[in-house]
Amino acid sequence: MAETVIKCENVYKIFGSNAKKMLQESNGNVDAKTFQKNGCIVGVNNASFEVSKGEMLVVMGLSGSGKSTLLRCISRLTDATGGKIFIEGQDLLQLNNKELIELRRNKMGMVFQSFALLPHKTVVENIAFPLQIKGVKTEDSISKAMDMVKLVGLDGRENYFPRELSGGQQQRVGIARSLAVEPDIWFLDEPFSALDPLIRKEMQDEFLRLQEKLQKTIMFITHDFDEALKLADRIAIMKDGIIEQLDTPANIVLNPATEYVRKFTEEVPREKVLLIEDVMDASKNDLGDLKVFKDEIIENVAEKILTQEKAVAVIDSKNEIVGSINPTKIINTVFGGRKNNN
Amino acid sequence: MEFLKKYPKTFQWLFLLIVFFALCFAIEVPETYKFIRGQAEFVKDPNQSSYVFLGKEVRYYAFDVFWRLPPLLGWLPIWINDSLFFLMNEWMPIEVWNEDTQEFKSRPIVLQISRNLTAFMTFLIQLIREVLLGGLETIVAFSSWDWIDKNPWAELPGLPWTIVAAGAAILSYKVSGKGLALFAGLTMIYISIFGQWKPSMQTLSFILVAAPLSFIFGLGLGIAAFKSKRVEKALYPILLVMQTMPQYAVLVPALVLFGVGDHAAVIITMVVAIPPMILLTILGLRAVPPEVIEAGRMSGCNNWQLMFKVLIPTARRDILIGVNQVIMVCFSMAVISAFIGAKGLGFNLLLALNQLNIGLALEAGLCISLIAILLDKMSLAWANKQTDYFGNLTFFQRNKNILFFAATVIVGIVLAYIGTFLFKGSFNYLFEVPHNKGISTADFWNKGVDWIFDTFFVYIKAFNTWLIQEVLQPMRALYLRMPAVATIVLVVGAGYLIGGIRSALVVCGLTLFIALSPWWDRALVTTYMATFGVIVSCAIGFTVGTLCFQNKRSANFMLGVCDIFQTFPSFVYLIPVMMLFGITDTSVLIAVIVYATIPATRYTIEGLRSVPAGLHDAATMSGVNKFQRLTKIEFPLAFPHMMLGINQTIVFALFMVIIGAFIGTEDLGQYILKALSDKKGAGIGLTLGICVAFIALIFDNLIRSWVEKRKKHLGID
Repeated sequence: MAETVIKCENVYKIFGSNAKKMLQESNGNVDAKTFQKNGCIVGVNNASFEVSKGEMLVVMGLSGSGKSTLLRCISRLTDATGGKIFIEGQDLLQLNNKELIELRRNKMGMVFQSFALLPHKTVVENIAFPLQIKGVKTEDSISKAMDMVKLVGLDGRENYFPRELSGGQQQRVGIARSLAVEPDIWFLDEPFSALDPLIRKEMQDEFLRLQEKLQKTIMFITHDFDEALKLADRIAIMKDGIIEQLDTPANIVLNPATEYVRKFTEEVPREKVLLIEDVMDASKNDLGDLKVFKDEIIENVAEKILTQEKAVAVIDSKNEIVGSINPTKIINTVFGGRKNNN
Repeated sequence: MEFLKKYPKTFQWLFLLIVFFALCFAIEVPETYKFIRGQAEFVKDPNQSSYVFLGKEVRYYAFDVFWRLPPLLGWLPIWINDSLFFLMNEWMPIEVWNEDTQEFKSRPIVLQISRNLTAFMTFLIQLIREVLLGGLETIVAFSSWDWIDKNPWAELPGLPWTIVAAGAAILSYKVSGKGLALFAGLTMIYISIFGQWKPSMQTLSFILVAAPLSFIFGLGLGIAAFKSKRVEKALYPILLVMQTMPQYAVLVPALVLFGVGDHAAVIITMVVAIPPMILLTILGLRAVPPEVIEAGRMSGCNNWQLMFKVLIPTARRDILIGVNQVIMVCFSMAVISAFIGAKGLGFNLLLALNQLNIGLALEAGLCISLIAILLDKMSLAWANKQTDYFGNLTFFQRNKNILFFAATVIVGIVLAYIGTFLFKGSFNYLFEVPHNKGISTADFWNKGVDWIFDTFFVYIKAFNTWLIQEVLQPMRALYLRMPAVATIVLVVGAGYLIGGIRSALVVCGLTLFIALSPWWDRALVTTYMATFGVIVSCAIGFTVGTLCFQNKRSANFMLGVCDIFQTFPSFVYLIPVMMLFGITDTSVLIAVIVYATIPATRYTIEGLRSVPAGLHDAATMSGVNKFQRLTKIEFPLAFPHMMLGINQTIVFALFMVIIGAFIGTEDLGQYILKALSDKKGAGIGLTLGICVAFIALIFDNLIRSWVEKRKKHLGID
């Protein structure tokens, strides 16, 4: 188990003038409706989880589910009403303003849905901005920013102004800016939601490429379940401020914890999401000749497996057999367990 | 009855009107009623009553309370006056070192501050004036007259007009382009050859001092208000009153505090110019997207960095629009400040108007208008300017504007030097064209005016007489016939019906202030003139606006015309009407109508434009014709915005009515003008100004409440 970078314990965020008092009186048993009657709106309700180093946690929820609020609590753009948040063991809510600024300058980067670029600065100046705020010399910050420009593939446009760029390009600037200080923790608040579908896919791939290279600890917010499945190591699904389920994409698809989560998973093309490993059996007897890798997506090998009569051996990267998979299992996974079978 | 059930509001309004008229008829006009009363007249009359409050005696003609409330606030102007006097002459004396007599002298602290402030302002104005026009006083300020006598060369030489003109053109080119550069150049040349150079530069130096200072203070207060709710709440009412207070009225207290001259005018100009800057700063900072602020925070900005590196640059455009407003207010104040002895174009205009020399006034007025347009266009272009990336530029390309200016400076100096040989013994026209040596068309215009008078006198007079006898006099009598109590009932009732109990209370407070002041009748006359102006303006504005809206090009053209007319200082409008109608109420009203039609037209077009295109298409597809679309779709949806136009129209009309006092009216404005030449006028002027502002705010409150409700109802924001 890698070390824990972000840790939340019973985090609450409640908006309203007497939120703190009401939360104390409720003894941690927060009911959104009674709060609303008293003029308080519950943003985040009892969120507890951990994110370990190099992991990507995607928080998925529809608008108003409190996902952005949760992120803002963890970046302390808003102060949580109750609970504890630890960043690398430091109690976030106990930091004073100076320490908080120090933390943001060195440890955190954030990407925003609307890009949030500074309109009066060029691409390279925007990217150098966090460095200059930190007090890095202008030349150094610009040369560092130029590296970032190259990293996100905007070379040649470094002297453009944000309004001269397309949405996708602007978000590349946003990404580059958030990475300029080489933060350990990377927050992304619906970074691709404002983009067209094709550009969005391109940016997702680009993002995966970057993450492979950089291995940051990431909290990624989205309202797009497909995006969550594609990117996440683990997914947290939120509704009305409550985390409904927090698990790996495969487990969420295979075992939705609540009715609400099930609604999302129903329409998911499982063959495109699940790996062989997720559905294989443990038995290693009576195997055919065909072997498939355990981290293959089902869709890619389904045709091969379905033409077999015997169970197919599943091997890991060291070529050792770790399990088996039946053609019927594939059919059951892809077509079974849906609405009418429940 | 069905009808009333369906529209309960109609019933309430009907009821209110019935009560109002019943009161009007029930309360009789007292036999002794005189239009003029109150302590402002300083006439001792045995019929007068009197009371003493805070040691101030107030005399007034007592009437039935229902007819006119007693002037219970009559002590306020006297009290303000006495307080000011006390502050300036007695409060907290401190020891001050006197250079000339070499001894300490005792002086009240406020007086000392005011003296230092004025000395500082005088120095600033003088400095800029001498950079533009040449002179010694700045150098004297750093040395002494003796030193100057010994060193006759030590004098700021001033800039030849050619350099200033070229500088204006180059600056215009930089912020906008060739068109504006050409306009700037031509304007400057016109100013110069018509001999208006010196007053123009005096006015300009006034603005160059007042505008930057107003900008700094406005920005600072705006930031403070943005950061702290409490500061904003404290500032808000002051801003509201300052925005609706006639500029005239603010001049009066300035006289007492800072004396006569440019320095007093600059200080008071700042008081007027800061509020719009504050408002636009708050507006601009509020409009910064929250995610940009969060991005700044996440980049590790501290509060200072967040404000100056993120918020202000992002709000750049709104803040620069504020600068535009500041410049325009400063300019119009620079003109009006002629009343308290500020030098420049306004002074010449005032002089010409006083001598009834319409030709000269017209020339000065044209100069003022041209400079106003130029300043407005330049500052707007600056606000809208966005830098683009053009690839790598050479040194010359990057610095061409500066290089050009450097070249013109050299050329200008050389030309001015050549001029000293060319015009030996007379004036060096290549350096500066003196005031009375330029081309003048005044005679031509004066003759033209005479001709118009000779030719059309009969018709104008007939129209004048008809208007005054048949329309204005009855209307005025009607307004004056309104008993105070009935009026208050009407206004408060309207407030309650439109905006609920809160609105009713606000409106009640504002009306009571006016009713309890000694000038209720005057306020009625002001209201009557403004009402007449507003009705006619709105009729014209709505018609013109609607007609122009039918065609995209004409709509744009009309908006452009409104833009230009709006930049003229209100004072300028008096020139043409005096030219045509002489010194009568009609002149004032026509100036009011012309001035107030601008916002009426503008808001009509903008309102109609704001109707969403989708609705437009939907209506067309339902098969409406143009007229139906206008009455059924566009008017109902545009109406809230058009009402805001009426709001602006009222403010504009009131401003003009007050300034109209210069021509001669019998309303609040007349008293403000009187207060200007009265040693004890400060309190009176200020109270009168507040009265006028309150009239505007009553309408403002009613209209805004209505618009907000209506917009919510229609679901538009």
